[in-house]
Amino acid sequence: MENFSPVSALTGGALIGISATLLLLFNGRMAGISGIMNGVFNSPRSETIWRLAFLAGLVIGAFLFNLIAPGFFTMRQGYPLGLLAAGGFLVGFGTRMSNGCTSGHGICGLANLSPRSLLATLTFMAGGIVTVYLIRHALELTV
Amino acid sequence: MKRILLALLSGILFGLGLSLSQMVNPDKVLGFLDIAGNWDPSLAFVMIGALAVTFVSFRWVLKRPGPLLDDGFHVSRRREIDKPLLLGAGLFGIGWGMTGYCPGPAVAGLGLGTLEALVMVASIYAGFFAQKWFADRK
Repeated sequence: MENFSPVSALTGGALIGISATLLLLFNGRMAGISGIMNGVFNSPRSETIWRLAFLAGLVIGAFLFNLIAPGFFTMRQGYPLGLLAAGGFLVGFGTRMSNGCTSGHGICGLANLSPRSLLATLTFMAGGIVTVYLIRHALELTV
Repeated sequence: MKRILLALLSGILFGLGLSLSQMVNPDKVLGFLDIAGNWDPSLAFVMIGALAVTFVSFRWVLKRPGPLLDDGFHVSRRREIDKPLLLGAGLFGIGWGMTGYCPGPAVAGLGLGTLEALVMVASIYAGFFAQKWFADRK
């Protein structure tokens, strides 16, 4: 528990909530990142540009944060790239299959009391917990 | 033009939120999912903070006749619980646990200049295309 940081997590979460509110209030869109990423390649041109702008905003937001508060956290080094690539593929495949990820189902869908999103959120949480248990404790692959 | 600027602003806020909450830090994410180890429950508070806002604000926004810069709300009305939903969410969870990245932090991570984020974004898109190819074949 020595890394427990509830205040910055709550505040960061609130920023995400405000971001999702703005996108819905002004543009009528859900801030579901996997859907926005996918839509960049599967939409008419007029629908592509706001998605690219949103994704660019994500990059700029993280860049600005790192500029303002360098060293707020340290990124890990030397994580196996093969594991990342295989896992990333499953993240992409799975979020398309279930039409949403942590943001679309976990934040926007739950706020709309969508039973689909509740079930999806419980399922990917369980999937993540079981996978980390297997990797770290059953197979002892990484620390 | 206004829609594009609004999307950019919304993205920046989202990226700041992911960074401050450390969702962009895969060690932090795996520490949250590692309930049998040295469990760090912090990231549960990201969801609490976000939902505290959206629970109230979405109700208020969706009561309006429409959004300010578009003709209507683009909101899913699907209700059915089916196999693709659960299987897809399960596969996503496995990938999340293998990497510590979900899609938002993978993209935001590009702003931190890590190779990991680049590998994640590329492989997520590979997964998107593979799923589409799979679904189109059926």
